[in-house]
Amino acid sequence: MADLSVNIAGVEFKNPVIPASGTFGYGREYGRFYPLSKLGGIATKGTTLESRLGNLAPRIAETPSGILNSVGLQNPGIDKFIRVELPNLMKQETVIIVNIAGSTVEEYIEVAKKLEETDAHMIELNISCPNVKEGGVAFGVSCDSAAGITAAVRKVTKKPLIVKLSPNVTDIAGIAKAVEAEGADAVSLINTLLGMRIDIRTGRPVLRNNVGGLSGKAVFPVAVRMVWQVANAVKIPVIGMGGVATANDAIELMMAGATAVQVGTAMFANPFAPIEIIDGINEYLDKNGISSVREIIGSVKSW
Amino acid sequence: MRYTQGEYRILNKTAIAKQIYDYTVLCPDIARIAQPGQFVHLLPKGFPLRRPISICDIDAEKGTLRFVFEVRGEGTAELARLNAGDMIDMLAPVGGRGFKINENAKRVILVGGGIGTPPMLPLAKIYGERAVAISGFRCSSMVILQDDFKEMGAKTILCTNDGSMGIKGFVTIPLIEEIEAEKPDIIFACGPRPMLKAVAEIAMENDIECQVSLEERMGCGVGACLVCSCKAIRNGQEIHAHVCQDGPVFNAKEVIW
Repeated sequence: MADLSVNIAGVEFKNPVIPASGTFGYGREYGRFYPLSKLGGIATKGTTLESRLGNLAPRIAETPSGILNSVGLQNPGIDKFIRVELPNLMKQETVIIVNIAGSTVEEYIEVAKKLEETDAHMIELNISCPNVKEGGVAFGVSCDSAAGITAAVRKVTKKPLIVKLSPNVTDIAGIAKAVEAEGADAVSLINTLLGMRIDIRTGRPVLRNNVGGLSGKAVFPVAVRMVWQVANAVKIPVIGMGGVATANDAIELMMAGATAVQVGTAMFANPFAPIEIIDGINEYLDKNGISSVREIIGSVKSW
Repeated sequence: MRYTQGEYRILNKTAIAKQIYDYTVLCPDIARIAQPGQFVHLLPKGFPLRRPISICDIDAEKGTLRFVFEVRGEGTAELARLNAGDMIDMLAPVGGRGFKINENAKRVILVGGGIGTPPMLPLAKIYGERAVAISGFRCSSMVILQDDFKEMGAKTILCTNDGSMGIKGFVTIPLIEEIEAEKPDIIFACGPRPMLKAVAEIAMENDIECQVSLEERMGCGVGACLVCSCKAIRNGQEIHAHVCQDGPVFNAKEVIW
């Protein structure tokens, strides 16, 4: 058994596999498949100051090797989350990363302040949700705005702060550097790529929101590239995600520079994907005589 | 309750109408706990998403589930390539709320439209002669399960849009007649949304309890991803409920059509 533990911003993860925000609710559903304590951590559903209804259905469409979604940040609001969901999550013996989103800087600050009084381990700042006009993506697409929101939230929280980056930008490494300079403890990437499908029989977009975020295997090569670029540009840890479905994918993303990986869309086909990835990473390390998973982080021998 | 996901053996496959297939799968652990109105979430090999398919029969003794689906796209076409003896990847039983069964009901009406007909069969099994099963299809080549409803003892009424078999017209025609003949305790319905809306309105006008099984494009199937939303009223408030976990069966009064 290899050492699977990793450390991000002083927080110890028993393994580097984390279900991604928006695919795992607040953990209750997948807790009916396996003990959540097996996971390295959990990134919660994006949570806002007030409750949100989300977009109209259809909110999902299948694409070649991927899916488009336009949920639109449906969530019960931070107060109900802290009251009803967080106590249950904190019992699960895994790292709890609360993903927060908002429409204004003030909203992010307010949500972060409320979390400051809780035991949640980390905050993931969602400045990259593509499905809500004011869902934060506006903050994530320029260096100045990404830096601004990071600095504002940094001022009100001592918790380790992860900033989740949008791939819908020209220079993701530049944005990563900007949030690092303002005190981000880690970055996670990639959020979904903005996409669209049209039903040619009706002439209507498949998603009621017209556009949505692309995820799944289709985006994996983009994720590898962006994780590699960002890991080479910043000193803070990178959490990689985007189409990770197998242990080999996770290892590849870690070689590109990720300290940990998040798994999302793969769970819809295989609810046990995170567990199988953890086991698969361990097998790979044992087979190759590698004693710690940390040895593979950023180990790609780039040409 | 724990969720079960795994590969299960297909015992039987029958083509029962144009592009419509009837499967029986051996899955004793699932058959023991499955309830009418719940569904199975099937994975076509190599596809990113599962396909939610209503349960058509539950045989706890034999340890089997039966489901019927129509080939509508690439995913269901891939599923339809599976034959008896093959294994099928199922996540089941899913559906937070199945049909609410009132054992004391003296008369129930089951309304199925097209591929919404199969989930009515477990109800016919429960209610037997107390059930009237009204089914509607586009045309005679799409008709399914009529002998099954008769076998359960249900009064079986068939409609087709083009009149190529049974009554010509929509299911609402015999539904109104049956209500007038004798008011039922409950109406259960599954089918296209316009049909469900029409049935719900008739039930409302006649002050009859009505349970509808809804369909929506789905992701995880267990309530985590929140994609299968439907507008509903609960506790006086408008909410975006989720078909997989808050349904798929709703009281028709809760649904915002």
